[in-house]
Amino acid sequence: MKLETSAWPDSYGADAKPRVGFFTDTSVCIGCKACEVACKEWNRIPDSPKGFTGNSYDNTVDLGANTWRHVAFVEKRVPVDADGGASLVEAAERGGLVEEAGVNTYQEGDGLRWLMSSDVCKHCTHAACLEVCPTGALFRTEFGTVVVQEDVCNGCGYCVPACPFGVLDRREDDGRVWKCTLCYDRLKDDQEPACAQACPTNSIQFGELAELRARAEGRLAQLTAAGQADARLYLADSDDGIGGGGAFFLLLDDPEVYGLPPDPVDTTRDLGSIWAAAGAAALALGAGLAAAVLGGRG
Amino acid sequence: MSANGKPSSYYGQPVIKEPVWTPEIPIYFFTGGLAGASAGLAQLAELRGNDELARRAWAAALAGVAASPLLLISDLGKPARFLNMLRMFKVTSPMSVGSWILSASGATTAVAAMRAWTGLFPRTGRAAGGAAAALGLPLSTYTAALIANTAVPVWHEARSTLPLVFASGAAASAGAVAVAATPERDAAPARRLALGAAVAELATVELMERRLGKLGEPYRQGAAGRLSKLGKALTLAGAAVVAARAGRSRAAAVTGGALLAAGGLAERFGIFRAGFQSAADPAYVVGPQRERLAGGEARGAARRHASASPA
Repeated sequence: MKLETSAWPDSYGADAKPRVGFFTDTSVCIGCKACEVACKEWNRIPDSPKGFTGNSYDNTVDLGANTWRHVAFVEKRVPVDADGGASLVEAAERGGLVEEAGVNTYQEGDGLRWLMSSDVCKHCTHAACLEVCPTGALFRTEFGTVVVQEDVCNGCGYCVPACPFGVLDRREDDGRVWKCTLCYDRLKDDQEPACAQACPTNSIQFGELAELRARAEGRLAQLTAAGQADARLYLADSDDGIGGGGAFFLLLDDPEVYGLPPDPVDTTRDLGSIWAAAGAAALALGAGLAAAVLGGRG
Repeated sequence: MSANGKPSSYYGQPVIKEPVWTPEIPIYFFTGGLAGASAGLAQLAELRGNDELARRAWAAALAGVAASPLLLISDLGKPARFLNMLRMFKVTSPMSVGSWILSASGATTAVAAMRAWTGLFPRTGRAAGGAAAALGLPLSTYTAALIANTAVPVWHEARSTLPLVFASGAAASAGAVAVAATPERDAAPARRLALGAAVAELATVELMERRLGKLGEPYRQGAAGRLSKLGKALTLAGAAVVAARAGRSRAAAVTGGALLAAGGLAERFGIFRAGFQSAADPAYVVGPQRERLAGGEARGAARRHASASPA
């Protein structure tokens, strides 16, 4: 397992701390939003009213400058029979619910599967936001996390479309970009981040990344063995497009169902070819100018 | 995949954020390109002994590099912190590299333009002119690298052709402004530049959209599509006027040059808006990623089975 980033741990030498992160096990998320509240309270984030969306219980909508934890609620109609991809026990349970409790409100023969997941900044191993930041406001901490220095950020906005997860955004009345700091201030006092501490089901687990990944493998194996064939780890490997996440997830459906990209890529992976194309175009421009000025009469 | 063939999404919400950049940015794409290509045009015209053209091209370059920082600073969330742009030099950030290029271009262009118009600082001015002309080339194309280096699908996936679009657009704008500002008998090189670059601009935009395939749609739809159409129409009209009459008529030179420059500006606004449109629609973000996975080009970020490597 490769956890090294371009700046951590090397640039910190003896001051480097173990890389920490979040393992969010969505299979035990109950959608209580305690993480959202704890995050807002601890980090003193302005409110972000979005109105009533009608999208299940999600009125938070998305991550942004004023939302650093976001609980997604996915309602999905699934067939209530043994062929529906569920275990026999689950199918029987759902079938029973349909008959006894009338859970089956959508249409005859269907049940409802409800997925909940608390999303957060991924603290990528290859973090596009940090790479493109022209001021150095975004930096890699001694814990291997990615943090914006609010006294340096000049609100250029480059990180906003660079992030493959849509995590960062500019705060309108403030002009600067804000995002999850993985509670950098609490880490320095040996405290766990507010969201993880508030989570009542341990869906959000904080710890050293190496240990979290090992724990996640165990959980995946456990769920798979129990017949939960849809369980998968997301951003748990160093060979994906962002080199793995400092925050990673156990999901029960395709990532895009939760609003997550299935193959996120750090844009600077292609930067060599981008600079080459820009350089070639600059030379072509020079040749074009020369041809126009020197290549004709008058 | 959902039943209707569109990729699944979370209530149709965007996966990535739309840029927060304001309309100052596409205007800067124009002024930066105008400045960069005009500096090259001016320097080459001087070499050719065409001082009338050179002086006007230097003036256009100076106007471009003078307006550019103001546009960029006004786009910042914290304009007072604009100097933080020069806090470091980062090759992974085209915006950082570009800030340095623009700063150096501004300084050298100002000295070169002063020499061209007043004759002051002849030796320094000549050296500055060479530097400004050389810096003008990357000044015209780094902005394409800047927007290509994002997660925005229609920019990132166009990374090989977008710099050519910006280069030809810059050349067309420089040629157009020089045609409009220079007496007809001295403007032949500017006319050749404007016409050649207009053709190149139309061709490279076409090439870019074709190579994007389905992802080229945002360039043709909505506001982006209308701006792009307007840009093409203005460019064609401007090129036609310049080709037909700009060598003989002052009015035609000014009209043709203005149409061409407006076409280049509209095209940049179109490219800018297309980026927003593709970022706002999860289908354009997730679709190409799903295709990569289906084609076996990438392994993706999700894994159902136990890790092959020991944890």
